[in-house]
Amino acid sequence: MSLPVANMAAARVCSTVPVLLKCGNYSFSVNVATAKLSKQVICRHISRNSALCRKNLAAAGPEKFTAEFIQKQIEEFNIGKRHLANIMGEDPENFTQEDIDRSITYLFPSGLFEKKARPLMKHPDEIFPKQRAVQWGEDRRPFHFLFYTGKQSFYSLMHEIYGKMLNIEKHQDRLRSKGLFSKDGQKISLGMSRWFTKEELEASLVENISTHDYERFIQVMERLLSMPYCGAEQEFVLRFRQLLQAQSRNQVVPPLQKDEDGVAFSAADGCRKSSISSVVLRDCGSGRVSINGQDSLLYFPVLQDREQLMFPLQFTGTLGRFDLRGTVSGGGRASQAGALRLAISRALLSFLTPSDGEMMRQAGLLTADPRVRERKKPGQEGARRKFTWKKR
Amino acid sequence: MAVRAFSKGLLGLRHSRGVLTKYSSAGQTVSAAASVSSPQPQPDDVAEKILNVPLEKPDFFRVAELFSLKDLFDARVHLGHKKGCRHRLMEPYLYGCRLDQDIFDLDQTVEHLQLALNFTAHIAYRGGIILFVSRRRQFGHLVESTAKDCGEYAHTRYWQGGLLTNANIQYGPGVRLPDLIIFLSTLNNVFQQHVGIRDAAKMNIPTVGVVDSNCNPSLVTYPVPGNDDTPVTMELYCRLFKMTINRAKDKRKQMELLYGLNAPSSSS
Repeated sequence: MSLPVANMAAARVCSTVPVLLKCGNYSFSVNVATAKLSKQVICRHISRNSALCRKNLAAAGPEKFTAEFIQKQIEEFNIGKRHLANIMGEDPENFTQEDIDRSITYLFPSGLFEKKARPLMKHPDEIFPKQRAVQWGEDRRPFHFLFYTGKQSFYSLMHEIYGKMLNIEKHQDRLRSKGLFSKDGQKISLGMSRWFTKEELEASLVENISTHDYERFIQVMERLLSMPYCGAEQEFVLRFRQLLQAQSRNQVVPPLQKDEDGVAFSAADGCRKSSISSVVLRDCGSGRVSINGQDSLLYFPVLQDREQLMFPLQFTGTLGRFDLRGTVSGGGRASQAGALRLAISRALLSFLTPSDGEMMRQAGLLTADPRVRERKKPGQEGARRKFTWKKR
Repeated sequence: MAVRAFSKGLLGLRHSRGVLTKYSSAGQTVSAAASVSSPQPQPDDVAEKILNVPLEKPDFFRVAELFSLKDLFDARVHLGHKKGCRHRLMEPYLYGCRLDQDIFDLDQTVEHLQLALNFTAHIAYRGGIILFVSRRRQFGHLVESTAKDCGEYAHTRYWQGGLLTNANIQYGPGVRLPDLIIFLSTLNNVFQQHVGIRDAAKMNIPTVGVVDSNCNPSLVTYPVPGNDDTPVTMELYCRLFKMTINRAKDKRKQMELLYGLNAPSSSS
């Protein structure tokens, strides 16, 4: 590559050197060797500016590691693992990652708060970011037919989608010619799902996409879904959809157990701020309440706290039916009451019908209160309160 | 015509210096490179033979048999744009103008297309990388499928600035650039000349291009004056290029087998 450049550049320079001399100050000067062009290899000294020698670090992108380097790192890791096992006096053959972590924390105790800053020994695949392998073979022909576009995976995906759309249209035409075409056809059932976000798509393609590309992708997929006979491509479409987390968490109903007397009871836990409580509801029809061994009147002298305890039972109309035995610790007066309330509501679920349970959920009895004390920030008096502003 | 094809064809290729020395008398631009390496005549060398045999006949791959003037007419290749869209440099290729619509001279088109297909066949025979470029959204899928079927490459998407000129940073160090770029439509979506034509000229990559009556044929190495708007025409072009490339590659395999079998018996 250097040879033709020297030839071409030398030819150009001979004509422009007089121009340069006339124009005066330049940051670099070109010295042309007086050897003839045609016969020999020309060796020219070009004195360069320091600006030209500086590497453009931003343009280089993230640091790239060759496959041999990663391979060497893996070998070193495996040898190091065996040495570590010998140091700890354990079997080198069955030395797992947890053993490695344990040994490292033992040999190199660190008081640093940031877990990622502590000494670490992991397999190189987890440390070095995933990179694309070299995209061409021995004859330097690229493997993928869309390599020269720059974004081969994304564009090949678009090509595939368009191909599928053409197939569906052909299928529709065939049905129309036979007279079997109907507007409803085979549609895809999506269920509770959403399209992949841009980040998820980038992760699945191992390639960077622009927002414009992502929007085009969504448009094309929507168009594919709008066609009547798209049912054939169901699994292809579902590959790019993410199932939404349905309200599956609240279905956890504590199991109904029976003790020796044949009385049905259920147990549940609750928490609020820094209080945790555990409650046992017994279906004996007495309506007695005891917390931490004490009666509720003694433990909660304030009416508001006792009302909090009663509210779930009053809401479901089961005030005198259950016998309550609870333990609570941590927090203050009101937070303990709130924790107990949540525990009682959860324990009640096992005695009630699902519709009553749904009513309790809508009343907010089954939701754990997420509010905690907000920290004080520096430069302010409290979490929100600022220092008094003085004009002068 | 054949000699011009050969000298132009050899310009873009980076390997086989021995061939360059043989044809040093043909073109003045080739002599500078020829004098650098000393001639090494080895007629018994199998590789030399495989590369030189197709250069002896003018139409070694018989691309002229792939199409006729009637096929071009049936595929509506002769239809150009309206008189107002006409590019000044396309006037030599036009037969005339009927009801304000330009008509291409199909005799010239046949000659140009034969040259272009012959050149493509030689490039494919020598294992060169061929890149199909077209920015028409209507035919993007067709072009990409054609490229896939030939085993070559396609680019029918937005052309980022430094794809050819800044290749080492775009793709990675040590990338190999295409040896031939085939433009199935030389204009981009805003009716300006495709950036790839200028970039290929900068990087010394020969181009084959279907130039319509509103295009500029100057920088294209092997222009093919003809229609680029009708689906029938595009399908014809894609079919022709696919057939030439497949033919050339099959011929190469045939020659390797032939001379590979002959070589052990002759060299011993």
